[in-house]
Amino acid sequence: MAVALKSTPSFLQLKKPETHFLLRNKPLIVSTKRFAPMASLTATRSLGIGETFSNLKKQGKVGTTPIAIFAAATRSLARGTNFEAITSMLKEVVPQVSCPIALFTYYNPILKRGIEKFMSTVKDIGVHGLVVPDVPLEETQVLRKEAVKNGLELVLLTTPTTPTERMRAIVEAADGFVYLVSSVGVTGTRASVSDKVQTLLQDIKETTTKPVAVGFGISKPEHVKLVAGWGADGVIVGSAMVKLLGEAKSPEEGLKELESFTKSLKAVLS
Amino acid sequence: MEEVADSDPALWKRPDSFGRFGKYGGKYVPETLMYALTELESAFYSFKDDPEFKKEINGILKDYVGRESPLYFAERLTEHYKRPGGEGPHIYLKREDLNHTGAHKINNAVGQVLLAKRLGKQRIIAETGAGQHGVATATVCARFGLPCVVYMGAQDMERQALNVFRMRLLGAEVRGVHSGTATLKDATSEAIRDWVTNVETTHYILGSVAGPHPFPMMVREFHRVIGIETRKQALEKWGGKPDVLVACVGGGSNAMGIFDEFIKDRDVRLIGVEAAGLGIDSGKHAATLTKGEVGVLHGAMSYLLQDEDGQIIEPHSISAGLDYPGVGPEHSFLKDRGRAEYYSVTDQEALDAFKRLSRLEGIIPALETSHALAYLEKLCPTLPDGTKVVLNCSGRGDKDVQTAIKYLEI
Repeated sequence: MAVALKSTPSFLQLKKPETHFLLRNKPLIVSTKRFAPMASLTATRSLGIGETFSNLKKQGKVGTTPIAIFAAATRSLARGTNFEAITSMLKEVVPQVSCPIALFTYYNPILKRGIEKFMSTVKDIGVHGLVVPDVPLEETQVLRKEAVKNGLELVLLTTPTTPTERMRAIVEAADGFVYLVSSVGVTGTRASVSDKVQTLLQDIKETTTKPVAVGFGISKPEHVKLVAGWGADGVIVGSAMVKLLGEAKSPEEGLKELESFTKSLKAVLS
Repeated sequence: MEEVADSDPALWKRPDSFGRFGKYGGKYVPETLMYALTELESAFYSFKDDPEFKKEINGILKDYVGRESPLYFAERLTEHYKRPGGEGPHIYLKREDLNHTGAHKINNAVGQVLLAKRLGKQRIIAETGAGQHGVATATVCARFGLPCVVYMGAQDMERQALNVFRMRLLGAEVRGVHSGTATLKDATSEAIRDWVTNVETTHYILGSVAGPHPFPMMVREFHRVIGIETRKQALEKWGGKPDVLVACVGGGSNAMGIFDEFIKDRDVRLIGVEAAGLGIDSGKHAATLTKGEVGVLHGAMSYLLQDEDGQIIEPHSISAGLDYPGVGPEHSFLKDRGRAEYYSVTDQEALDAFKRLSRLEGIIPALETSHALAYLEKLCPTLPDGTKVVLNCSGRGDKDVQTAIKYLEI
């Protein structure tokens, strides 16, 4: 599905018969807490990207240093990457990508630039959505206001420890899609998906028609099949990919493995 | 929002119902932690005025920790600051260094472990910089029989080896953190990660007045016994109040502990002293309130040391406990309101003060405390004769001798 930038639909609009749209067109979740060297191999940071790999490969835009990704995937809450590096990379990549793109960032880099400036910068790049995990529902009003002004969708997260009342409020306020965290804890691959997710998915879908994507710990085709079977509109895969890239012997091999991994996840849904 | 009630500190909401001190504070954490924070806050409010809980806490503070800590007139230090005509301030030291475990940290550890038990938590985690909070946590876990994991930066483990040994001897597991500069901020991030992962079974005893609400408020409340005692002791000793309170500031817990009681007394001057490391313009310091900008770190909006990208600048201080790029949100609030003043001193000035107190009073202070002591050099010449200065002697310096050996020629 090749979509020109200007008319790229939001997540909400995409949600239709293709219940697995998010996976097939894999949202680019760019985590600014993991970063990657750009074309230049002298850069010391790694970027973890969930993406349509054939696109990236074609452009030769991603030069990943396996060790750097793995080492850089330290999970300090205050870590991040060079924002300018990400924005310049995105400016080139986005026009070639056929799916909606969400940017994952912690709050401080947004605050530093000023919420308005951040939103308009991000909008100019062509990003559609934003995930800011350390801003709780109560504090999202300002962010949401600016996001809406710039046509950006602020995705909100709900988790297994979120009380029902609160979950409903989060679902109500979420734009784009609802990010259902599948387990207590931090990102990272897990052996299986908790079946609490099934109940939560049902609860959420009773309250809303917004798409719901499940993430955290999804690393195998079995997970994807399970979660899609429970009614998820999308599945978010992050750490598994970063891990794959990190363990590969070379960037080229990493990308190849990533491609076959992605295909194996998609295959389960067709 | 608060402009109307601005002028009277007694009316300030510290914090408001969102956990904010003015615009500072709040709860900037992943959704997974929100419920645990809410639960902790309700538990704190329901127990803090409960007679049984108060009886238990006060009993432990008295018989186990050794409170009240003395308010000690530092005669020779006072002499040292006398001007040629014989005038000068009177210096008193609030002896938190005499508490069990050697610092003020134990006050908070006791309160929080008792709260954790009432919440039915089976596991305790903590972060630590200098190790004093880690030791305090390991201590209360031993006393109350709970498994304990303390996160500590690998660099700090090296410079505070005595405390690492103590924690292990007390039965705690000390996990070295190697990311970042391997110091306090990295240990804090790791502890938060652990809490996010194990939130249902685990209580996180945060060691300072930083982090998401309710921690800044709760930790201050457990430390405010310092200021309460000081008021009573000042009245007994000279029939009045302190004129100036001085305390070192890393996260800010000992300072809030002594300040809180006196915030409404506008005639009491509040002075916090941060670490200027190798110099305030060297780029190697931890003087957050002087050089920082407002941002979000470890769950709270506060001043922090950050670069143009919004990334955290690695701080530096010779003292592990002050080596933190953030600061408690309430301090940011007090600074903005002009209610408290914040200055900083260098590593060298702190070392000089470390030696000075040892020589003049026979008290070896912690390097953190030495920063407050160092500021007296600048402060005392400006104070009228007879000004009552109370300095919070937040900890003793046994843990710092190895560092001091490297830098001092003794």
